[in-house]
Amino acid sequence: MLIDTVAKPTVKNYLNVKQGILSWLLTTDHKRIGLLYTFSITVLFFLGGFFALMMRLELLSPRNWLVSNETYNKLFTMHGIIMVWFFLIPSIPNTLGNFLVPMMIGAKDLAFPKINLASWYVFMIAACVTIYALFRGGVDTGWTFYTPFSSQFSTTYVIAAAIGIFISGFSSIMTGLNFIATIHRMRAPGLTWMRMPIFLWSTYATSVILVLATPVLAITLLMVAVERIFQVGIFDPALGGDPVLFQHMFWFYSHPAVYIMILPAFAVVSEIIPNFARKPLFGYKAVAFSSVAIAVIGFLVWGHHMFVAGTSVYSAMAFSILSYFVAVPSAIKVFNWTATIYKGSVSWETPMLYAIGFIGLFTIGGMTGLFLAALGFDVHVTDTYFVIAHFHYIMVGGSVMAFLGGFHYWWPKISGKMYPEGLGKIAALTVFLGFNLTFFPQFVLGYLGMPRRYAAYPEEFQMLHIISTAGATILGVGYILPLCYLIWSWKYGKPAGPNPWRAVGLEWTTSSPPPPHNFKETPVVYWRAYDFEAWKDRLGLVEREVEDD
Amino acid sequence: MRTALQFWPDSASTVSGEVNLFFICMLVLCGTVATGIAVFLIYSAIRYHRKRENEMGDQTRNIIPAEVTWIVTPTVLFMGIFLWGAKMYFDIERPPNDAIPMYVVAKQWMWKVQHPEGQREINELHIPVGRPVKLTMTSQDVIHSFFVPAFRTKQDVLPGRYTTEWFEATKPGKYHLFCAEYCGTKHSGMIGYVYAMAPADYQAWLTQGAPEGSLSAQGEKYFHQYGCANCHHFDNQGRCPDLRNLYMRPVQISTGQYLTADDSYLRESIYDPNAKIVYGFQANIMPNFSGQIPEDQVVALISYIKALGPSPGDQMPSSNGEVPKAYGQQPGIAGPNATSGSGSHLEQR
Repeated sequence: MLIDTVAKPTVKNYLNVKQGILSWLLTTDHKRIGLLYTFSITVLFFLGGFFALMMRLELLSPRNWLVSNETYNKLFTMHGIIMVWFFLIPSIPNTLGNFLVPMMIGAKDLAFPKINLASWYVFMIAACVTIYALFRGGVDTGWTFYTPFSSQFSTTYVIAAAIGIFISGFSSIMTGLNFIATIHRMRAPGLTWMRMPIFLWSTYATSVILVLATPVLAITLLMVAVERIFQVGIFDPALGGDPVLFQHMFWFYSHPAVYIMILPAFAVVSEIIPNFARKPLFGYKAVAFSSVAIAVIGFLVWGHHMFVAGTSVYSAMAFSILSYFVAVPSAIKVFNWTATIYKGSVSWETPMLYAIGFIGLFTIGGMTGLFLAALGFDVHVTDTYFVIAHFHYIMVGGSVMAFLGGFHYWWPKISGKMYPEGLGKIAALTVFLGFNLTFFPQFVLGYLGMPRRYAAYPEEFQMLHIISTAGATILGVGYILPLCYLIWSWKYGKPAGPNPWRAVGLEWTTSSPPPPHNFKETPVVYWRAYDFEAWKDRLGLVEREVEDD
Repeated sequence: MRTALQFWPDSASTVSGEVNLFFICMLVLCGTVATGIAVFLIYSAIRYHRKRENEMGDQTRNIIPAEVTWIVTPTVLFMGIFLWGAKMYFDIERPPNDAIPMYVVAKQWMWKVQHPEGQREINELHIPVGRPVKLTMTSQDVIHSFFVPAFRTKQDVLPGRYTTEWFEATKPGKYHLFCAEYCGTKHSGMIGYVYAMAPADYQAWLTQGAPEGSLSAQGEKYFHQYGCANCHHFDNQGRCPDLRNLYMRPVQISTGQYLTADDSYLRESIYDPNAKIVYGFQANIMPNFSGQIPEDQVVALISYIKALGPSPGDQMPSSNGEVPKAYGQQPGIAGPNATSGSGSHLEQR
C-alpha cells in the first residue's frame, strides 16, 4: 500500500543530511532546533522532577526527617522555577511547535530561522544562569518571588535566579514573534485561517501571550533586583514601596503564563482526537475562537490570585466574574472534544489514551478552578494544597499529558520509527494512575487546611501525604518508561512510513523523517482541517458500514 | 501515625457552615457533570471503537443547537456560582460593628496578639465563643497570612499597613492557626492555636495575665515616654491637633479632603506625619517615628487615642479600650466644615 512505503535509505532527511555535533549546534533547521529544545527541556524536566520527589519524600513524615527547612524551601522554589520557565513554557511550543508549525502550514522553515536558533542559545544561557544559582546554594523565595521577602529578606541567590528567568524571557519572545510572523506570512496556497489545524490557532494565541506578557515579567524581576541591589524603595514598605504592587505585576504576567502552558496542550489534543476518531473536530470555529478568547480574557483575571492579599472587595468581585468568563471557552473545548469522539472510528493507541486522560484531568483541574474563583470559598482554600492540586491537574494532568501524547503521536514523523505500542499504553496508564494518586489526596488536604510550602505539618495530615508520595513514585516510573523506550525506538523501532496513523494534515504528506526543507514542492491546500472526506482516497479509507443501531 | 485518615475539617465559626454547604453543592454539581463527561467519553470510545482498519467515523462537523447549549448553560451556572461566592465573601470580609478589637503583629516567625484588656499572647489566641472578634493586623517584616481553617477564614498580613480579619467562634475548642503566606525559613513553624472558650471561661481568663494594665493604659505610658504629650496637650489646640474625640471621626486634611481617623490613618500619622496634615496645621512639626516605635507599641498608642474620652477634660481612657458610644455624635476636630461630615463618613468604613 502506498502509505506504507518506506523511504529509501538513500533519501536524505533532516537527520542524516549533515553529520557531526557542529551540524546540530549551527543548524537553522526548525526540526533540528525542535530536537535541541527537546533534549534541553527533558534534562530540565527530570531535574525539576527530582526536586519534587525530594519534597514528596520529606513530606512522608510530619517532622523534618530528610531535609532541613532551608533545603525544603529551596527545593520547592527550584522545582517551581525550573518546571514553569524551563519546562512548561517552552515545552510544547518550542519542541513540537518548532517541529510542526512550518510543516503544518506547508513552509520550508520558520520565518526567521536564525532567530529560532538564537532563541535556543538564549534559553541555554538562561538555564545555565539558573543552574548556577542552584549550585551556588539555591533560592528560597518560592517561584513567585513575593516581596519584600525576595527583595530584602532572603539571603539566597535571588538575583542570579531572576537574571536566569529574565534571559529566558527573550527566548520566549523570539519564539513567539517567529510563530506569529510565520503563521501570518508563510501559509501554503489555499491554507486560509479557517482551514488551519487547531494546533496553529492555539500556537498563534500562545505566541501573542508570549510577546505581550513576557516583558511585564522582565520588568518586574528587574525591579526586584534593583530594590535588592540599590535599596530603592519599590516594593518594600520600609523603603516607601508597596509589596502588593509586586503581586499585581507578577500575576499580570503569570496568569497569562498559565495559558501559555495550557493552550499548546489544547493544540496537541485538538490534533490527536480527530485523527484517532477519524472524524472532523466538532465545532471547529468555536474551538479556534475559544483559544483567542482565552488569550484575551486571560489578561484580565490576574487579581484572582490576590483575594486575601488586602485588595478591595469590589476589585475582587471584578476579577472573580472575569475568571468565570475565562472558564467558558475552556468548557466549550472540553465539550467539543468529547463530541468529536462520539460516532467516530475510535482507536485506542497511546496518543489517544493520553488525549482521553487529558480531557479527564483537565476537566477536574478546570472545575476546581470554578471553586477557587468563588470569592468566599477561595478565602479558605487559597495558599493551601487545594491550589497545589488544582494547578497540577492543569499543568501536569493537562500540559504534561498532552506533551507526552503529542510526542507519541508525532514520534514516527520526528524519528521515522514507531515506538513500542504495548509499552506506550502501559506508560500512559501508569502516568494517569500515578498522577491521580499523587494529586487527588491534595484536594482533601487543602480543604482540611494544610498550607502550601510547609516542610513540617500537624500529624493528622500524614496519611494523605503518604498516599500522595506513593502516587508520586508511580508517576516517576510512568515518566522514565517513555524516556527509555523512545530512545530505544530511535535506533531499533520499526520504520514508520510517512503516515502510520492515516492522519489528515500537511505534516503527514511528507516522508518520515522529513527532508531538510520538508516538502519536495510547495503543497496546495484545498481541504478544510481534519477533512477525511477529501483525504479518503489518499488514505485508503472507507465509510463505516451502516450498523444495526 | 496516631491519626487515621481525616476527610473533613472542624467547622467552628459562623461562616464555616455556609462554606461547607457551598463546597458540597459544588462537589455535587461538578461531580455530576464530570461523571457525565467521563461516562459519555468512555461509552463513545468503546461503542465506536474502530472495527476495521480503514474505517472512517461519522463526518458531522457541528450541531449548532448543541454548541449553543453548552456555551449558554455553563455561563449561566457560572454566574450563579459567582454570586454565591461574592455573597459569602462580603460576609467573611466585613466585620460586624460590635466585634471585640484585637491586634496582631506578625514577624518572622511568630504571631504576637494584644488584647484590649492588656493580655499579650504569642502563637496563641484566646477568644470567647459567640462574640465576633476583629483582628487588626500588621507585619514587622515580610508578608504573612493569618489562617484558621476551622473558621474558614484567612487574611494576608502586610508590612507597612493594617489589614483586618474577623470571625465568630461557634463552639469551644482548640483550633489550628497557620501562616499561609510563605515567609521564609521557618514558615512551617509559624503556627499556633486559637482557643475558643465559653464566655464565662473567657472572662476568667481575662482576669489574669495583664500586669501592665489595659492596652490603652499601656498606650498612655508610651504617650508620655515618646514625648507625644509634650505637644498634644489636652488643654487647648496649639501646634498639634487635639487627639480627643478623634477615633473613627472625619478629619479634614490640608488638601481639603475628608478622611476617617481609623487605625490605618493613626498609624500613618505616627510613622509618616507629613503624609496627611490636618487642615490648618503645619507640616514638618512632628518628628517621624518610623523605626522609633515598634508596631506593637503603636497599637497601644492607637488604643489610647481610641479610648480618650469624649468630652473635653475627660482624659481618662475607658477601662477596656472600647470606643465610647458617644463618639458618633461628636463634631469633628478640624477644618471649617468639620462638623458637617460626621455620621455619614463613619458609616463608609
